[in-house]
Amino acid sequence: MNTRNLEITVGAFVVLAILAMVMLSLKVSNLASYGAQGNVYEIQAQFENIGGLKVRSPVSAGGVRVGKVADISYNNEQFTAVVTMQLEGAYKFPLDTSASILTAGLLGEQYVGLEPGGDEEYLVQGGEIELTQSALVLERVIGQFLFSKAQEKQGE
Amino acid sequence: MFNWLQSIGHRTFDRFSRVGRGSLFLWQCLLSLTYVFTKPILLIRQLYSVGVQTLLIILVAGLFVGMVLALQAYIVLVDFGAEESISLMVSLSILRELGPVFTGLLFAGRAGSALTAEIGLMKSTEQLSGMEMMAVNPMKYIIAPRFLAGVISVPLLTAIFMAVAVLGGYFVAIEMLGQYEGVFWSQLQIKVDFYEDLMNGMIKSLVFGFVVVWIAVFEGYDCVPTSEGLGQATTRTVVHGSLAVLGLDFLLTALMFNV
Repeated sequence: MNTRNLEITVGAFVVLAILAMVMLSLKVSNLASYGAQGNVYEIQAQFENIGGLKVRSPVSAGGVRVGKVADISYNNEQFTAVVTMQLEGAYKFPLDTSASILTAGLLGEQYVGLEPGGDEEYLVQGGEIELTQSALVLERVIGQFLFSKAQEKQGE
Repeated sequence: MFNWLQSIGHRTFDRFSRVGRGSLFLWQCLLSLTYVFTKPILLIRQLYSVGVQTLLIILVAGLFVGMVLALQAYIVLVDFGAEESISLMVSLSILRELGPVFTGLLFAGRAGSALTAEIGLMKSTEQLSGMEMMAVNPMKYIIAPRFLAGVISVPLLTAIFMAVAVLGGYFVAIEMLGQYEGVFWSQLQIKVDFYEDLMNGMIKSLVFGFVVVWIAVFEGYDCVPTSEGLGQATTRTVVHGSLAVLGLDFLLTALMFNV
């Protein structure tokens, strides 16, 4: 094989590998969302129980993804879980926005859902959401359900 | 009794001297690498025979591994109503483990054995000593380009393997099992981390490439210059290369994903 064809084939191989890399980083991993890193702000919310929420879980408002969970820690004075959320700068939420931990599907992924309020001022970097609703823990719900069923039976 | 003890001692010395020779060989090879940059055509020729010619097996293997994983993931996950997570299961196992490991194993079998056989035959037919007679350092002219080509190709092949495997999984999940395309990609973008998953996989592949090529080139250079010795050296390349990949994979995983 002459040098030119050799170089063309090796060139095609390298280009293919680079394309694969680009596809993996943009389409498969979340590298694209690192780009917006400059224009984000962080807010906090305290929950009594965060269930299965994890760092990098989505934060959505009205079903649209507006940010992600950046950090989860435990406040040892108030005995609550502190969730730090990173929201994209393009989205603004009123001060009296409420946050609840919801589940996608019955056993699916848990995420933070934001419900905007009516305040005229907006949450800014370092702000805190006061109104929160804890995660729905399946065991408790099942427990309540069984308990109410048992009571029904007794009433009959 | 003493003969038996002596044979154990002999074997031990043998092993140690091999390890020593291997390390010295690697050191000389790394020192000769600068020569390759002054003659890039040597590198390109080797990139062709080591990298490009391994491409086909990588593509086919990647496609089927991705497809099988998607099918198996579906069978398990559908019981829990979690079949949206197919893409996650496929791509995390590919990016973290199977991509680098499969590529390392296939590379050891396809390109590593060829490298050993080629260099071993050069040694058996005294081409290497011929070069030395002509004051051409075979380390610079033969070994270093092959070594560098291997170290460069394995991460490239791994990236291609990963991409093709994810596409294979995509094909099975969307076309055969009727999942939603949007769910497939959005699950990945939320859960697969660029540094944590993809970059760690690529670092693994770099390490595997380095070790497999080192073993392959050394076995060829160090083989007993007979047809039997050549056969043994080729076998050793595949066996030791594959075992090294699997063993290192465990070590690297334990280090990277701090359990």
